[in-house]
Amino acid sequence: MLESSWPLLSVLIWLPIIGGALIFLLGDDKADRARLFALIVSGVTFVLSLGLIVGFEPGTAAMQFVEKTPWVEVLGVNYYLGVDGISMPLVVLSTFSTLLVVIAAGSKIQYRPSLYLACFLIMEGIMVGVFSALDAILFYVFWEAILVPMFLLIGIWGGAERIYATIKFFLYTFVGSVLMLVALIYLQFQAGSFDILEMYGLGLPLGTQIWLFVAFLLAFAIKVPMWPVHTWLPDAHVQAPTGGSVILAAIMLKIGGYGFVRFALPIVPEASMELDWLMIALSLVAVVYIGLVAMMQQDMKKLIAYSSIAHMGFVTLGFFIVFEIVVRTGGADGALLALEGAMVQMVSHGFISAAMFLCVGVLYDRMHTRMIGDYGGVAHRMPVFAGLFVLFAMANAGLPGTSGFVGEFMVILAAFQANFWYAFLAGLTLILGAAYTLWMVKRVAYGEVVNDKVDKLEDVDGREKLVLGVLAVAVLWLGIWPAPLIDIMEPSLAHLLEVVTDGL
Amino acid sequence: MTTDTFETPNLMLALPEIWMLGMACLVLVVDLFSSDRDHTPAYWLSQVALLGGIVITVQTQWGVDATTFTGNYIADSAAAVLKVAVLLLTFLAFAYSRDYLRDRGMLQGEFYLLTLFAALGMMVTISAHSLLVLYLGVELMSLSLYALVAMRRDSPAASEAAMKYFVLGALASGMLLYGMSMLYGATGSLEISAIADAAADDAGLLLVFGLIFTVVGVAFKFGAVPFHMWVPDVYQGAPTAVTLFIATASKVAAVGLFIRLIGEALGPLQGDWQHMVLLLAVASLLVGNTVALVQTNFKRMLAYSTFNHIGFIFLGFLAGTPEGYGAAMFYAVTYAFTVAAAFGVVMLLSRQGFEAENLDDFKGLNERSPLFALVMLILMVSLTGIPGTVGFYAKWLVLKSTVEAGFIWLAVLAVIGAVIGAFYYLRIVRLCYFDKPEGDGPQPVGSGGFKGLLAANGLAVLLLGLFPGTLVAICMAAFG
Repeated sequence: MLESSWPLLSVLIWLPIIGGALIFLLGDDKADRARLFALIVSGVTFVLSLGLIVGFEPGTAAMQFVEKTPWVEVLGVNYYLGVDGISMPLVVLSTFSTLLVVIAAGSKIQYRPSLYLACFLIMEGIMVGVFSALDAILFYVFWEAILVPMFLLIGIWGGAERIYATIKFFLYTFVGSVLMLVALIYLQFQAGSFDILEMYGLGLPLGTQIWLFVAFLLAFAIKVPMWPVHTWLPDAHVQAPTGGSVILAAIMLKIGGYGFVRFALPIVPEASMELDWLMIALSLVAVVYIGLVAMMQQDMKKLIAYSSIAHMGFVTLGFFIVFEIVVRTGGADGALLALEGAMVQMVSHGFISAAMFLCVGVLYDRMHTRMIGDYGGVAHRMPVFAGLFVLFAMANAGLPGTSGFVGEFMVILAAFQANFWYAFLAGLTLILGAAYTLWMVKRVAYGEVVNDKVDKLEDVDGREKLVLGVLAVAVLWLGIWPAPLIDIMEPSLAHLLEVVTDGL
Repeated sequence: MTTDTFETPNLMLALPEIWMLGMACLVLVVDLFSSDRDHTPAYWLSQVALLGGIVITVQTQWGVDATTFTGNYIADSAAAVLKVAVLLLTFLAFAYSRDYLRDRGMLQGEFYLLTLFAALGMMVTISAHSLLVLYLGVELMSLSLYALVAMRRDSPAASEAAMKYFVLGALASGMLLYGMSMLYGATGSLEISAIADAAADDAGLLLVFGLIFTVVGVAFKFGAVPFHMWVPDVYQGAPTAVTLFIATASKVAAVGLFIRLIGEALGPLQGDWQHMVLLLAVASLLVGNTVALVQTNFKRMLAYSTFNHIGFIFLGFLAGTPEGYGAAMFYAVTYAFTVAAAFGVVMLLSRQGFEAENLDDFKGLNERSPLFALVMLILMVSLTGIPGTVGFYAKWLVLKSTVEAGFIWLAVLAVIGAVIGAFYYLRIVRLCYFDKPEGDGPQPVGSGGFKGLLAANGLAVLLLGLFPGTLVAICMAAFG
């Protein structure tokens, strides 16, 4: 384990949280000062998080930047942080997305801007905490605490149905996570420690493992979300303000996926193997059925929300086909490919979904409607925007050369080694994804200018250009040259695979 | 126990109670001769008495484990923690309710006196080591509380609440006394450790029979389902200042009552009472929550939601282990401080001739007072049990002891109850933050000290949620 000389992860957690609290105290009277302050805090946090990449030692699966001090000593809870190749990219993704959201928010939020920005910054710290916690209770604390700022964000700044959506969001995710708490308490009882890494390889009996797996499944599946517990997501996305949607799609869904690799797979591997058919089936339903549902949407945000569910289906598919691959091929290469594909897909989806929601946000700010039918011919009035929008749509459809392609392709490739039909059904996404995304783009961006409102549209301003441009670079970079990301992840994923398949 | 020679009891061990009694008498006299219409001397003297009581309790009882008055009275760490909580809650009750009572013409010396005597009764209950002393404490507490509820005598609701409270409370006391008489009959002793010894030797039918009445009596005092019918009416009917006191301090005292009477005296019969406690816990978890969903009155909603929390406290008792009792104590104490602040906000928003106790009165609180909307947010989040606030640790400790005692299904049931609870607590957050006020809505009124203390109380709920270590350690150390 590699200790850090100074507590970088703690800084990444507490700097935004304290900054957020200060912004709340600054109040709304000096809104511009609050905005500037938020920008500085999130900017500094992002720059510091780059230190994780710089200081990261590749080629090892050990936890890095480790901090460990007793927190609730009587109960054996430690303030125990650390990142490996799996979590480090997600931490950076969190700080990156928050910075973009803060920039994009600009002066668009007029109602209580300080509270709005405070919520995002506090959420940023909590997200970093979720990804870097190595103590089960610490993880749970961050995991649950994130609900509160998001609850407020959707409820205060959301659309017309925001209250229904936010309460649904909160209760859905809360139901899932409380059972995980019981599971974690039970595990501590068995392992004698809340250290997540010590919960690996306990060799619990299969019956117990299955109960634990069900508890984890409920928590993580709701967060991902997997079909059929996905129904909170479209509501939450549609009603959330643009920034809320971005964080929800880019980070919050990843927390569910991250939970599967950090908890479900290594802690209860036998149960994961026993129930992998269920997970694969649910993932494929998400890919195919939700893809079809997405096609029928009239509301852009809803469409992207459904496409998120379909894309996250690839993540869970990649995680749970490993058992079948190992059993069929006897080697770990295919399984590693599946895990890597799933992780790349998580990061890539973080970029693409953020970009798509920001694009809808750009349109919504001008037209105050999300309905596809109200648009048409946007490209004539907003050429720069249309170009970027098309790029992101292509990425969402999985066009080679964009990040969307890499993860999906790796998972499909791996799926071939498990079962032809898995690969076939997963491959349908290339058709479905193209269909729903490009059809939407066609209706929104191309054709004749349909009404006066569209006619008066102005193209993206500098701030929007900056945000979308940065995301475009990220999408293309990951699409063309994903090797650095994969190199960071590979040792940790290989180690994970060893833990999971140990004793199969 | 027969004593041939008269021993001088070690009065030092009972110093907190002696101090409180003396100070209460002093308050009585001072208030009698003071002409101040706001009863300012009584107020400050009471607060000094309470703070002094805290210091004395910590000094004389923390870390001690000794009995005095020929074994009728015990001073130990658990007693110290519970008493400090009771005294501090009483302190908060006085501080929060001063403006409220003054506006309603209820600021009388009797309020301070009765509350101080009720607090004294609670302290006696907590430190009782024989059935008689225990009963004495319970009755001193209860009788003072009945009178407090009836203080607003012109109000039909308050009179009804007081009547209900009195009749049912008397019934509960009867049950308790009947159970105690059987315990005495079966064991031949009133002293708690002697009863425990006798019960360990031979748990006859009479003893178990007595146990049932005892548990029922304790459940009544707690307000656990199905002995809960008085709670909503009393919460709603009593002046908010009194509701605050009943909802907080008396719950802490009830924990003491349970631990002394059932945990210590009847500890050997755990196999018998565990089932009863289990049923009480399950019923409390389910009934309170579902009924709380449909309430429109904030005080009534808190009353029903109390049952859910009582269910959690009983889960802690269920294990019958020191960790379990520690968890129950932690839960009760933190819950009491959270609820105290919630009632504090109600009083803050109440003006002369207006009670801000309907849920709609919280609409748009964030527009009127971001600070107290935030306080309310923290309180509701804590009552829901979301991490980052102390309520999470309370729930977690209880769940931990439940799982370790082997009742995993019960832990699952409890967390499902917590989810149902989330709905109505979130509704308050929703009203404060998402809804627009109808008309102007009640403004926060009150003196700076009151507001500052209330904000500090809310902040403490948050800070204890971030750094719970010390308090958890204290509660665990209290049971060795």
